[in-house]
Amino acid sequence: MREDTSGRKDPLTVWGVQFEELEYRYSDDDEELGVWNGDAFYGTDALKFRWLGKGEYAIEEQAYEQLENQLLVQTPISDFFDAKAGVRFDTPEGPDRTYAVIGIAGLAPYWFEVDASLYVSDEGDTSAEFDAEYELLLTNHLILSAGVDATVAFSEDREIGLGKGLSSTETGLRLSYDLIDRSFSPYIGVVHERKYGDTADFARAEGGSTEDWFAVIGTRLAF
Amino acid sequence: MKKVLWAGALGLLMPVIAAAGEYNITVDRVMIDTGDFVKEGIGYNGASPGPVLRFKEGETATINVTNNLDEATSIHWHGLILPFTQDGVPGISFAGIPAGETFTYEFPVVQSGTYWFHSHSGFQEPNGAYGAIVIEPKGREPFRYNREYVIQLTDKHPHDGDRIMRNLKMMPDYYNRQQQTVGDFFSDISNHGFMATVQDRLAWGDMRMMKADVEDVQGFTGLINGKGPDQNWTGLFEPGERIRLRFINSSAMAYFDIRIPGLEMTVVQADGNNVQPVTVDEFRIGVAETYDVIVRPKTAEAYTIFAESMGRSGYARATLAPEEGMEAEVPELRDAPLLTMADMGGMHGMDHGNMDMSGSGDMSGMDHSSMEGMDHSAMGDMEGMDHSAMAGMDHSAMMMSEGGASDPFYAAGSGLVPVAANGGKFLSYSDLKAQKPLYEEREPTREIELRLTGNMERYTWSINGVKYEDAEPLRLQYGERVRFKFVNETMMTHPMHLHGMWSILDVGAGEWNPVKHTVSVQPGTTVYMETEVDAPGQWAFHCHLSYHAASGMFRKVVVEGGPDQGNTADIAVKQDGGDA
Repeated sequence: MREDTSGRKDPLTVWGVQFEELEYRYSDDDEELGVWNGDAFYGTDALKFRWLGKGEYAIEEQAYEQLENQLLVQTPISDFFDAKAGVRFDTPEGPDRTYAVIGIAGLAPYWFEVDASLYVSDEGDTSAEFDAEYELLLTNHLILSAGVDATVAFSEDREIGLGKGLSSTETGLRLSYDLIDRSFSPYIGVVHERKYGDTADFARAEGGSTEDWFAVIGTRLAF
Repeated sequence: MKKVLWAGALGLLMPVIAAAGEYNITVDRVMIDTGDFVKEGIGYNGASPGPVLRFKEGETATINVTNNLDEATSIHWHGLILPFTQDGVPGISFAGIPAGETFTYEFPVVQSGTYWFHSHSGFQEPNGAYGAIVIEPKGREPFRYNREYVIQLTDKHPHDGDRIMRNLKMMPDYYNRQQQTVGDFFSDISNHGFMATVQDRLAWGDMRMMKADVEDVQGFTGLINGKGPDQNWTGLFEPGERIRLRFINSSAMAYFDIRIPGLEMTVVQADGNNVQPVTVDEFRIGVAETYDVIVRPKTAEAYTIFAESMGRSGYARATLAPEEGMEAEVPELRDAPLLTMADMGGMHGMDHGNMDMSGSGDMSGMDHSSMEGMDHSAMGDMEGMDHSAMAGMDHSAMMMSEGGASDPFYAAGSGLVPVAANGGKFLSYSDLKAQKPLYEEREPTREIELRLTGNMERYTWSINGVKYEDAEPLRLQYGERVRFKFVNETMMTHPMHLHGMWSILDVGAGEWNPVKHTVSVQPGTTVYMETEVDAPGQWAFHCHLSYHAASGMFRKVVVEGGPDQGNTADIAVKQDGGDA
């Protein structure tokens, strides 16, 4: 019997790159930031390798307030959810951290894109991050997306200004227009960042702000 | 847009016919100009679509295929009954045709009618590698006509196949621009009330399914014989003539609803096999199907052949006219259909085994809406509905076709039931009756259930929950008659194509059941077909939507025993449904 070596018998291998956020932020106290939040994947239905990257670059100080890269493997655990595990490297201005990551990501009922991660740092501290996003179609090209991202620490890491409990949230509302199918979608929006509890106290002690509003302009990318 | 002149124009004068039933075909990179965009693709003899290959029943076809690409290729003769080594599926029938090489196909022509050919390698077919086959019968045909035209449709997309596949895997709704918006939400509220609308959205949101998920790949230009709507392929006629139109749907993904305003169409053949003539105003052609119709324009005016896609996101258009340059009005696209909960029937779809020809379900108390075709109403009585079961559902508040139109091959209350634009007759599978039974009627030796399964969100498609990459071949015994039971558990329509053997579609007509090569299975339904296993060897069996087949909805079928024992003698005989 002829064996099917045509490639059709091989799992479909796909790759993709997406930037949910690639934007300029201008804050209510005149701070200017360049911000990105993107990912790239390669793999099959059963196993994907994923890079996740987030960054906040303070334009005036020429310094990374946040620089985070994750290398993950991801595999389906249900129709709509994947489990993921890997490593996270934080290399902003100031102390660096490396974390082990486990988490789940997928589509919850009612079309909420959710992503939950548990981090254990090389200092032995544990924290969690929860991210949810919802897209409202004003038209089939004009899309209002709402997102919230919350970080909770289970132990204090004073050196990086992280206090125990709910430490920070970032809430964003972005109005985008799909200009070139879904690969280039410019947007404007507003972002609210807030620190809580000990984390807010640490920020105040450093002379930083505990709450910021930003006007943002940028683009989503997918290719 | 500037016309790109291509040497392929010469290709139209090819192929050089060497002898009766002999053709030379080259596989070439070509430019495809749809009138909306110009895209590099793949064609035959310098053009896409390739030439119309004409044969006579009873002769031997010899086709020399020269691969001018820098990648391997293949040609599959869709619907032709032939030795499996000539079927042209790489990895199943043969090794494929490497770049730069020539492969000679040779097989007896044992049938007549309208068929087509296409590449079975990668996404070469959506990229343009397709053409038509016309086989003249030995004897007289049971219908008369003065002239004939091939009307070959495709859904040409500005993106090539690999890119479309990748985009669908990255974002399954990448090409869907008919999704429900905030505006639809408010108009639904004003039409159906706040609670009903919210409940409807919650029900669909809970399932994470989209009502608007009718066409995965939108943004295409519909072509007829390689020409876009503005390029207007035209077929000439003299008033009073009978014209045979050989419709072939060579699309990668698009179903088309076809009508010729002002003309009735008499369907005389489906998938190359004669059917008892049925006169219709409109018909739906599934991907890979063919329908031959006879039309008789009596006046010297132009008529538009209008083919709008099932999801109403695109259309193809051509003209029948007494002279070049004449045009008739081109209709507007109708509103896009939306799926209903009935289309989500999944496990408990309708059973067409013993069909009640009067339609299905209790149609009384239907909401006869005035909108053309559909009433996109939210469903009432959503509370406590078990989405996995149709039983106990209240269809009375569900959107239905105008006049309570129903078709036994669609779930009762389906949002996809087609309705003729002029309010007249729309062809149903249940109208198809064989002109002459091809096989002696007998009891099937066994039944094989094939659940059509998938996950839209991951864009994975499968049979019995197993993708091709993980599946064992489906093993059939030479000489048996297998009854296939297709249970569509997805919300998409799947045109299932078995290579090498006929698919006798059960429409409840016994020995007069129509003989097809491609059977469309609508969401939430169960469809039966029977196959006389009379072709030894190895065959492909798959959903003919290109991106469904490529993402797992595909099987190898092994026919064990029979005259060519040598092909399969090394296979251990196993009786199973074909899944590991």
